[in-house]
Amino acid sequence: MHILVCIKQVPDSAQIRVHPVTNTIMRQGVPAIVNPYDLVALEEALRLKDRTSARVTVLTMGPPQAESALRKALSFGADEAILLTDRAFAGADTLATSYALAAAIRKIRDDMPVDLVFTGKQTIDGDTAQVGPGIATRLGMQLLTYVSRIDRVDLERGEITVQRRAEGGVQVLRTRLPAVITVLEGINEMRFATMPDMFRAARYGLTVWDREAAGIGDVTKIGLKGSPTVVSRVFAPTPRAQKAEIIQTQSEQPDDLVATLLAKMFTKHPPLRAAICPRAVQRT
Amino acid sequence: MTQAPPSSKPAGRRKAELDPRFTSYKGVFVFIEHNAGAIHPVSFELLGEGRKLADKLGVELAGVVLAESDGAAEAFCAEAFFHGADLCYSATHPALAHYRNQPYTQTLTDIVNRHQPEILLLGATTMGRDLAGSVATTLQTGLTADCTGLAIDPDNRSLAATRPTFGGTLLCTILTLNYRPQMATVRPRVMGLPERDTSRHGRIIAEHPDLIEQDIVTKLLEFIPDERRDEANLAFADIIVAGGRGLKRPDNFRLVWDLADALGAEVGATRPVVQAGWVTADRQIGQSGKTVRPKLYIAAGISGAVQHRVGMEGADVIVAINPDPDAPIFDFATYGIVANAMQILPAMTAAFRQHTAAMKKAV
Ligand SMILES: Cc1cc2nc3c(=O)[nH]c(=O)nc-3n(C[C@H](O)[C@H](O)[C@H](O)COP(=O)(O)OP(=O)(O)OC[C@H]3O[C@@H](n4cnc5c(N)ncnc54)[C@H](O)[C@@H]3O)c2cc1C
Ligand SMILES: Nc1ncnc2c1ncn2[C@@H]1O[C@H](COP(=O)(O)O)[C@@H](O)[C@H]1O
Repeated sequence: MHILVCIKQVPDSAQIRVHPVTNTIMRQGVPAIVNPYDLVALEEALRLKDRTSARVTVLTMGPPQAESALRKALSFGADEAILLTDRAFAGADTLATSYALAAAIRKIRDDMPVDLVFTGKQTIDGDTAQVGPGIATRLGMQLLTYVSRIDRVDLERGEITVQRRAEGGVQVLRTRLPAVITVLEGINEMRFATMPDMFRAARYGLTVWDREAAGIGDVTKIGLKGSPTVVSRVFAPTPRAQKAEIIQTQSEQPDDLVATLLAKMFTKHPPLRAAICPRAVQRT
Repeated sequence: MTQAPPSSKPAGRRKAELDPRFTSYKGVFVFIEHNAGAIHPVSFELLGEGRKLADKLGVELAGVVLAESDGAAEAFCAEAFFHGADLCYSATHPALAHYRNQPYTQTLTDIVNRHQPEILLLGATTMGRDLAGSVATTLQTGLTADCTGLAIDPDNRSLAATRPTFGGTLLCTILTLNYRPQMATVRPRVMGLPERDTSRHGRIIAEHPDLIEQDIVTKLLEFIPDERRDEANLAFADIIVAGGRGLKRPDNFRLVWDLADALGAEVGATRPVVQAGWVTADRQIGQSGKTVRPKLYIAAGISGAVQHRVGMEGADVIVAINPDPDAPIFDFATYGIVANAMQILPAMTAAFRQHTAAMKKAV
């Protein structure tokens, strides 16, 4: 079995700051990490590899520095890694991203058929959760999103059974391979890299494809040109004009503070009075 | 790369000359999502928002209902009219009994191609995001995911879709200039619910989806309903008491539950608290958790990081308890108590119990 995992290098969003005056993103010094959700997908692929001796290839589209994301994936146990990089890919939205990734996957599959494509649930910079569905649609593969468990892979019959998180419950779905799976967060924990894998990852000769190598002829389908959406404005959330009214009392005793709060709240927001109805039964 | 804004300058405006093949695209469509016989509230929120967009554009608002039978679809259409739709496209087929990507994508794509809306909105649920991604790719049009604000650009009648990016640190407004329909998904509870007006009605246009069960590759073997329906309760709760890392120890979280019981409220939490295992993940509020819109939100021991804020700032009244007067939560809370939550929470529980006892006596 051949499993392809799409990973993306993203800026660690916890460390992004907005310039207070110019309102632009200050990226300098913000470390790049592998999109955390993609590590969940990678771990799920590696678990299938442990069970079935599958081959795991990781693929990323990004700037040349994204190479380090691939090496990270190799150090965890991925077998092969491909970097899709070209200035022409820059500025891609989800439609253009899935076009380029799908083209690369077609090319990979010429060498060795792909049974499963894994993506993360979403990225932490784009946050769209659309690239996985886009890839599936472009490749005519079955799509299984928000998968929380892989119950069974039957290579002989070419079938896979999974559990998918849906609204109000879990769907148990069976479909035909090849399929695209987007993996739900929190369903596993990434393993530790082993010494031999870390050495191999450092020495590994990455496959690097530019637009032409990936077999993409039509430049109007990729990058900024291939993106129907345009960002017209980027801005920081407006601070509320009004800051909190700080409740103060002479005594600063909890009971007095709370009494003052309640009096204010019920006067200024009368509907709150009616909204409060204590629970009859105690919860367990 | 995906919808991440460029680092220096936003892309700015491209000239908006709509391709002639799209000039006939008119109207606002809302996909009506339903589970287990009930419409997902996000669809009502979208109808409310879609109504405003349609009025601004001077066009009709249509609901799109996919269901297994005419009987089920009719009830859903009626609800769509009560919440603002002028008409509904109703596609019924046994293969649409439960959500699967392939038949839903095919049916919705066909309806869009036939009736040509300029805007198509879906809820950013597990169903809506699955479906929207496939439909947008099939139609080769733009899709803005997880929006928190929708407006019409006065210059060019485009949908201006605003969404958080970089984990909620920033917002960006996205346009789909030269493609139609303009698609967007919107998170539940971001928009308000419109009034339900049972005197409203509209036209139903029957669609005849061309589906054959044998051709649908994916089969549903089983549906395991969630035992605990807390999820829905939290998103739609009127009052929420939420605790953060400032409560210091898991047993202190009991104080949050006690106050919640006194108020008939739901319990929420920040991510670190969930990660520490003090409460279950379905109670996490924020960017990677739930969006809530209660009438009252009491935040105890919460700093007010932007990733938490985006999930709860839609609350009518926010009360924050935090000993640090400079905690960011005081920048957007309605009321603040600068003190130790371990002392304030029990006092609140007692005060609210007294209040409700007095209310009961009064009636
Ligand atoms: C991609 C990404 C997604 C995220 N998604 C979410 C999300 O969905 N939801 C979320 O909540 N977070 C999310 N986070 C995390 C977020 O950035 C913050 O780290 C988190 O919200 C902080 O939680 P907290 O307020 O409980 O803890 P802290 O920030 O540690 O704040 C604790 C507060 O308690 C106060 N305190 C101390 N002692 C007391 C006392 N005795 N009584 C009362 N208060 C006291 C302190 O002054 C402090 O302000 C996300 C982060 C990233 C990077
Ligand atoms: N540039 C990229 N290279 C490789 N995989 C990607 C890229 N962008 C997105 N993906 C994959 O698609 C998933 C969803 O991304 P997004 O739609 O941006 O939220 C991610 O978790 C990745 O697995």
